[in-house]
Amino acid sequence: MFKRLKIYGPALVLLIGLGALVWTTAFPTVEARIADDAPREIHQPHRDVIEQVNSWYEQSWQSQGFVRAKFADDLTILRRLSLALHGTVPSLEEIRRFEADRRPQRLALWCQEMLADSRYGDYFAERLTRAFVGTQQQPFLVFRRDRFKNWIAEQIQDNRPYNEVIREIIGKEGLWTGDPATNFVTHAVNDGDIDENKLAGKTVRAVLGQRIDCAQCHDHPFADWKQQQFEQLAAFYGQTRISPFGVTDDPKAVYEIEDTRTLEDRQVSPAVPFNPEWKPESGTRREQLAAWCTSPDNRRFARAAVNRIWAQMFGKAWSEGAPYYARIDDLPDPEPDVEVDPIPLDMLADAFVESGFNVAEMVQTIAALDVFRLSSATDVPDDELKEHVDHWAVFPLVRLRPEQIVGSMMQATSIKTLDQNSHLLTRTLRLINENDFLNEYGDLGADEFEERSGTVPQALLRMNGRLFGDSIKPNPLNATPRIAIAAGSPEVLLETCFLTCLTRRPSGAEAQYFLNEWTEQNNQKSGGQAYDLYWILINSPEFSWNH
Amino acid sequence: MKYFSQPAGLGHDGLQRRELLSLSAGLGLSFVLPGLPGRAAEKRGSERATSLITLWMHGGPSQLETWDPHPGTAIGGPTQAIETTIPGTQIAAHLPLMAEQLQHLSVIRSLVSKEGDHERGTYFVKTGYRPDPTVRHPAIGALVPYELKSSSLEIPAYVSLGEGQWPGRGGYLGDEYDAFRIFDPGQGLHNMRPRVGDRRQDSRIEGLSMLSQSFRRGRGQLADRTMHQRTVEQALTMMNSDQLKAFEIEEESETTRKQYGDTRFGRGCLVARRLIETGVRSVEVSLSGFDSHANNFEAHQNRAAELDPAFAALIQDLRARDLYDSTIVLCIGEFGRTPRINPLDGRDHWPTGFSTVVGGGGLRSGVVIGETDPTGENKDPADPIKVQDLYATILSQLSIDPDKELMTPIGRPLFLCEGTPLPQLLRS
Repeated sequence: MFKRLKIYGPALVLLIGLGALVWTTAFPTVEARIADDAPREIHQPHRDVIEQVNSWYEQSWQSQGFVRAKFADDLTILRRLSLALHGTVPSLEEIRRFEADRRPQRLALWCQEMLADSRYGDYFAERLTRAFVGTQQQPFLVFRRDRFKNWIAEQIQDNRPYNEVIREIIGKEGLWTGDPATNFVTHAVNDGDIDENKLAGKTVRAVLGQRIDCAQCHDHPFADWKQQQFEQLAAFYGQTRISPFGVTDDPKAVYEIEDTRTLEDRQVSPAVPFNPEWKPESGTRREQLAAWCTSPDNRRFARAAVNRIWAQMFGKAWSEGAPYYARIDDLPDPEPDVEVDPIPLDMLADAFVESGFNVAEMVQTIAALDVFRLSSATDVPDDELKEHVDHWAVFPLVRLRPEQIVGSMMQATSIKTLDQNSHLLTRTLRLINENDFLNEYGDLGADEFEERSGTVPQALLRMNGRLFGDSIKPNPLNATPRIAIAAGSPEVLLETCFLTCLTRRPSGAEAQYFLNEWTEQNNQKSGGQAYDLYWILINSPEFSWNH
Repeated sequence: MKYFSQPAGLGHDGLQRRELLSLSAGLGLSFVLPGLPGRAAEKRGSERATSLITLWMHGGPSQLETWDPHPGTAIGGPTQAIETTIPGTQIAAHLPLMAEQLQHLSVIRSLVSKEGDHERGTYFVKTGYRPDPTVRHPAIGALVPYELKSSSLEIPAYVSLGEGQWPGRGGYLGDEYDAFRIFDPGQGLHNMRPRVGDRRQDSRIEGLSMLSQSFRRGRGQLADRTMHQRTVEQALTMMNSDQLKAFEIEEESETTRKQYGDTRFGRGCLVARRLIETGVRSVEVSLSGFDSHANNFEAHQNRAAELDPAFAALIQDLRARDLYDSTIVLCIGEFGRTPRINPLDGRDHWPTGFSTVVGGGGLRSGVVIGETDPTGENKDPADPIKVQDLYATILSQLSIDPDKELMTPIGRPLFLCEGTPLPQLLRS
C-alpha cells in the first residue's frame, strides 16, 4: 500500500494543487470594498483649461444651434474610462467597488487610480507602438517590437515627460535589445539599409500629427510641404548606421539620393522646414531633429500629442466639424497667431506644454471635460445627429478595437478583475486567446482610429466563434454558472449579467422581456439562462461600440 | 448543410428555410430576404452577369521570372524562356501550363507606377489611385459589386481568398464593400454554425433584436451607421444559405482538384471559379512570397509551382463552363523587381515596367503590349501603360462607365477610374 502511495502520492498532490488553482481562478471571492488608504482628495489638473474648453463648446453649440446631449450616468463614464485606459469593460468586482464608493467626485478619483494601474501603461504603450513602428514583427534580427513596447509601457507608467520619450525614440543610439528606443530606427531597416524616407514620414506623422509622405515624390497638394523639405528632413537620418553593435551615427557620412529627374546621385543636407531657431547646433543630426520636433514652441508637437490622447479617450481623433481632419495624423496647420481665437486643441496643447508634457494629467483633463461626459443618445432629429456628433454635442459611437472586444469579452466572463494580479494561467490563456481572436477579427494596424463600421466576419465570429462560445458555456471555469448559482433569483441574475457585459442595469422594458421569456421557458435552468443572456449581450451593438 | 436545425417533427430543408425567412421577417430583420438562387452558370450570353477574378501576386513578382523573361542577358539571370501559344512570345520556362493557355489572354509588359513601397504600391495597384490622406479610394474589386448589384446573392459579393496582407477595401463606398476574407479557402468555413439548437437560437436572435432596438433609441441614424444590426442580419442569411456550398470543393472531382493543385492558392482559384458560378461579382485570390530581395530565382520557381497549374486550370475550367466570356481574369502584383540582381541573388522593388496578364470577359486575347530594355539600362519601357488605363479597360468591358463620378464623404466628386480604355484590348 505504501508502495502505491509512493507512486500515486505525488500525482495526487499535483492533481489537488491543480484543482485548487483552477478553483481559485474560477471562483474568486467578490469583495466590494474601498481601500482605507484610497485618496480622499482629488488632484484635478488644469481646472481653468477645463472651464475654458467647456465654455468654448457651450458657445460654439449655442451659436450654431446645436442642442447638447444630457450627461451620461456615472457607470457609462466608468465604462468609457476603463475602455480607454485599460482596454476592457470594468469587471463586476470593480463595478461593485465603484458603486460602494461614496467619495465626492468619485469618477475623477477613479481616473486617477486607473492611471496608477499597470494595465494603463500596457494599453497605451500598444497604441503608441503602432504609431511609431506599426504592427509587423519584421525586420527579424534587428527589430524587437516587444522590447520597444515594454519600454514605452514603463515610460507611460512612470509618467515620464512625453517630450523626453519622443526625443529618445528619435535620437537614441545603441543596441535594439539593450536600448529599446532604437527599435524605431531598426523597424525601418530594409535589406540591411536604413530607409530614411520611411523614418522621416513616420516622424512627421507620429510626432507632428501631419502627413508629409506625399512630398516624398512631389510637392504636397494641400499643405505647405515641398519635396525638397521632405528630402531635407530625411537627411537627418542620413548619417544613421546599423551594425552588430547597434544603431549609431557617423558624423562624417554624406547623405546622397538619386534625383528622380536626372537619375544622378546628389547630396542633401539636413534642414527643418520652419523655425530653424528651435534646432540646437550640437548633438547628432537625429538629436537635433528630436530637439526641434519636441521644442515647447513647436505647436505641432503638443497638438499632435494632445490629439493622440484625445483619440485614445474618445476612440476618434479630435476634429471640429470637418471630417477631413478626423485623422490622427492629418491635423490642420496651426494658426499663426493662436491667441486671437484659440480652439480647444490649442487650449489643451498649451496646458500640456505648461505641465511639462505630462500625459497622465492630460488624460485626467480630457476625462473631466463636458464633451467626454455627454450621452451618446439624444432627442435631436435623426438628420441632424451626424452634425451634432461632428461638433461633439453628442458623444460619438465608435467601434471598439479588436483588443477591446476580446479584452471586454474575457473580462465579462470573469467576475474578478483580470490584471497583473491574475493567475499566470489566466493571463497566459488570455494572451493566447487574444492573439487567435485578433487574427480572425481583423486588426486595423496603424489606422486604428479610422471610422469603421462592423463587418460580416466579425458578426459571425461573435455569434458562432469558439472563443466566445467556450467562454460563456456553463462550465466550472466560466463566470456564467457562478453568477447563476449566486444570483438566487431571476431578477438578480439578469442584473448581474447586464452589469458584467454592458456595465449597466436592464431597463424596465428589458427586464420585463427577459423575465417573461424565462417564465415561458420554465424548463430552462439558470445556468442555461445566463449562457443565452450572455450570448445576446455580447452580440448586442452596445457591447461592441463605445457609447 | 443545415445551419438552422428545424423544430422537432419537421424534416424538410425547404420548410426549414421558409421558417427562417418568416422568422427574419417577423423580427424586422430587414436585410434582403434571399430570392431564388441565381447561379450565374444557369444564364447564357448577354444575360450572364459579368465578374472579375484578380489573382493578386503579393510582394511584387519579378517580371523577368514570369511574363517578361530576358534569357541570356546580364539582367536575365538563370531564368529560361519557353515559347507560348501567342506566336513569337516567350514567358519564363517554369510556367509551361500557362504557356499553353496564353493565347486566351493578353500580356502587358510595360505597366508603370510611382509607388515602390509595398503598402503604397498595393493601394495604388488595387485602386488605381495613389494614397491620399484625405480620402480612401475603393479597390477595383469593390467597384464591380458596387456597380453591378445582385439581388439574389446571399453570400458576400466581393471575396478575398488566401493570405494577402491588404485585401481590397470598399473605401469611400463603405465598409460593407470590403472584401470578405477567407484565409484558407476550400478547407471549410469557420463560424458558420450556431452553437445551440434552433429553438434556443431563435430565442437568442429575438432577444438580440430587442436589445438592438433599445440601443437604437435616441441614436437612430448613428446606430444605423454602425452597420451592426445589418451585419448580423447578413451573417444570419449567409449561415442558412445554400450558396455557402460555393466555398467548398468536396463536390469537385479529384481530377479537377489535382489540376488546380492542392495548395492554398490552387484551392483559392477553384473556389473563385465556384463563387463566380454562384453569382459573386468579384474575387481576389492571393499568392504570397514574391518579395524576393534574396534568392529571387528559387523563390519564383517555388511560386510558379503553385501559380502555373492553378492559373492554367482556372482558364481551362472557365472556358469549359462557358464562363470565360463573362469573367475577366487579371494576374497582377504591386510592382515588379529590379533588372539588376543584387549580391544576395535577389531583386529589389521596381515599379517601372512591370508585367500583368489579363483576359476573358470578351477582351481581345493574344495581344502583347510594351517592351522592357533587355540590357536594363533604359529604365522606361516602350509603350508605357498606366494602371488607370488598364482599369478603365476592365471597367468598360464589364459595362461600367469609368468616367462615372461618385461623391465622396469629403464632398469631392471622384471618377470611378482616372484612365482611358486601351483600344488594343477592346474588341472593335
